[in-house]
Amino acid sequence: MSRELARYLATRFGQLLLIVFVAVSINFIIPRLLPGDPVQTALARLQATGGAQNVDIQAVSAAYRAKYGLDAPILEQYINYWFDLFRLDLGVSFANFPEKVSTMIGNALPWSVTLLAVATLIAFATGSLLGARLAWPTAGRGIKAFVPLMMILTSIPFYLLAIILIYFFAVVLKWFPPAGGVDTTRIMRLDWATTEDILRHAFLPCLAIVLGNVGFWALGMRSQMVSVLGEDYITFAEAKGLPPRRIFVWYGMRNALLAQVTALALSLGSVVSGAVLVEVIFNYPGLGSLLYVAIRGQDYFVIQGVVLMLIVSLAVLLFLVDLIYPLLDPRIRR
Amino acid sequence: MTVTDTDKPILVVEGLNVHYDTGKGPAKAVNDVSFSLKAGERLGLIGESGSGKTTMATALMRLTRAPGRIAGGKVLLDGQDILKMSPRELRETRLRDIALIPQGAMSSLNPVMKLDEQMIDAIVAHKPGMSRAALDARVAELLRSVGLDPSVAKRYPHELSGGMKQRAAMAIATSLSPKVIVADEPTSALDVVVQRQVMQTLGRLQDGLGAAVVLIGHDMGLIAQFADIVGVMYAGKLVDIGPVRQMIETPRHPYTKLLVESLPGIEVKQALTGIPGLPPPLVDLPPGCSFNPRCPFAFERCRTETPLLQDVAPGQQAACHLYPEHQVLPPLPAMAQSHNGEARP
Ligand SMILES: Nc1ncnc2c1ncn2[C@@H]1O[C@H](COP(=O)(O)OP(=O)(O)OP(=O)(O)O)[C@@H](O)[C@H]1O
Ligand code: SF4
Ligand SMILES: [Mg+2]
Repeated sequence: MSRELARYLATRFGQLLLIVFVAVSINFIIPRLLPGDPVQTALARLQATGGAQNVDIQAVSAAYRAKYGLDAPILEQYINYWFDLFRLDLGVSFANFPEKVSTMIGNALPWSVTLLAVATLIAFATGSLLGARLAWPTAGRGIKAFVPLMMILTSIPFYLLAIILIYFFAVVLKWFPPAGGVDTTRIMRLDWATTEDILRHAFLPCLAIVLGNVGFWALGMRSQMVSVLGEDYITFAEAKGLPPRRIFVWYGMRNALLAQVTALALSLGSVVSGAVLVEVIFNYPGLGSLLYVAIRGQDYFVIQGVVLMLIVSLAVLLFLVDLIYPLLDPRIRR
Repeated sequence: MTVTDTDKPILVVEGLNVHYDTGKGPAKAVNDVSFSLKAGERLGLIGESGSGKTTMATALMRLTRAPGRIAGGKVLLDGQDILKMSPRELRETRLRDIALIPQGAMSSLNPVMKLDEQMIDAIVAHKPGMSRAALDARVAELLRSVGLDPSVAKRYPHELSGGMKQRAAMAIATSLSPKVIVADEPTSALDVVVQRQVMQTLGRLQDGLGAAVVLIGHDMGLIAQFADIVGVMYAGKLVDIGPVRQMIETPRHPYTKLLVESLPGIEVKQALTGIPGLPPPLVDLPPGCSFNPRCPFAFERCRTETPLLQDVAPGQQAACHLYPEHQVLPPLPAMAQSHNGEARP
């Protein structure tokens, strides 16, 4: 590893830490800027709407006071807040007292991460491949028909796409369940039946995300590939008498992908927010649904925890892309 | 120079036409060009920017891309028409028999591959099954032959200077000892010292391989030092071709004469004359000789009838209506002389 690469990685890691630090600090400050006691206010609101009838208000209140030391000086609170974070203590849910927010996030996280990672990778890979193929001079009429389709797909809003999918595949054809992550009656085991159940539930949300994103990647890759194919090194590669496949992959796609990965980094935010929406529509047991339910129920600390989680995972994802990029582009590595 | 005893030409171009389809009709960037080249011969092709040199170079390897298209003609390499080959034959012929050092060799290397990978890529495409050790040895040998240290093999293109990239492109182009090398302005964008070195390297390579070379450029001085034969292109046409000394000492075609005069002399410190006027638009060529609006010798016939290449001296052909009436270029008509200024003795 060269000195420059080390410096590059150190800078990027520093950025990651900075983003996390700022996110955590804002998450700490915002509720304390509100007038009054956040816990009292939240509880009062809950009570008024009848959302916390079965909760022992006094117990919750006491727990929070003890935990946050809300009467202590702000700096002490801040330091305590960080200590709590390091112990993964994000507070307790009002709505599901005394369930810990960290437990709830821990339960939801694997669902979201798997769904999002798989769906985004499928969309990115097929979209990029298709886009590159579309730009290749021998692209036939059949494959060119994808262009308008891709344009339509990118312009349909996510939720509409999801609703259409549910209507056709779950309501009309009944091939896939319309909602949830797994059958409500299933006892989770490590066996084929459980796996199949999970896959069947994940299929439509995954398809929604893939269809919603594939056009973006395909069109982006197509324009990248068109400009790469105009480069002198492509002409020279042809002049070398290389087989077309080799030129396509190693001289064309390989260079066009650089811009695609940059675009991936830039669009991670919208990928995540789109996924939140999809989870809500499919009632998928991930972070998106957790956030949605928490917002509706004004479950204050859950909202805070999930938002913090989303920001931190975005920062980590960006960092990962930054790690991959120098592997792809030697000009960054030097 | 290693001219083989057989007089059979290695490269024969016949009536080559390349058009760019534009909104205003086809731009005839290469217009009915014919020439031939024997093994070991060095042809220098010169012409102003936009005269169709690169278009021709790429067409020789059938690398023409849309909106360009080869509209007719033959490119016979050792008797085989490149323009009629199957894709597979074409792929095998490229680099093995005819190689291109592209214009902008600076940007001709894939930025994400190390130099040796790009060289090996080329060799393996034609000689599959070579061992890695043999390939590495060949790469080192090739790099040395163009005056590069073998250690640059492990570098990426952005880690090479312009001159090094140019040499690297030459190393790739010569890796299979082709019979014909087409070098499209291999020295543009290099400083004068490096230009010299690169040209010397090209000359040395060519000597060693006995290959025929088509060297493209717009610097008459540089071309004159390298070439045996000089071809002059104007507005897509080959208007004058002949042995280099003859072309410079007694230019026959008016355009060639102006090109030669625009050479900065060494003893006489004359002002760069340049050639007044601009080349015509290729979609809308003037009737008759394309050069007539700028030609000081132009007369009636030039404005109606297109001149064809004809023999004007031993080994020399020119497309100009002044021949065969004249033996050499007559003195400039009086009007044009006064019009052209005081630089003339
Ligand atoms: N892609 C294209 N589309 C339309 N016209 C083109 C295209 N490429 C080149 N031409 C036209 O073809 C003509 C010849 O271009 P070419 O690149 O062969 O010139 P050149 O002699 O190599 O010039 P230079 O010395 O600047 O490299 C030019 O007049 C140009 O306008
Ligand atoms: S044909 Fe006429 S116009 Fe053309 S170069 Fe000769 S003299 Fe000039
Ligand atoms: Mg050119």
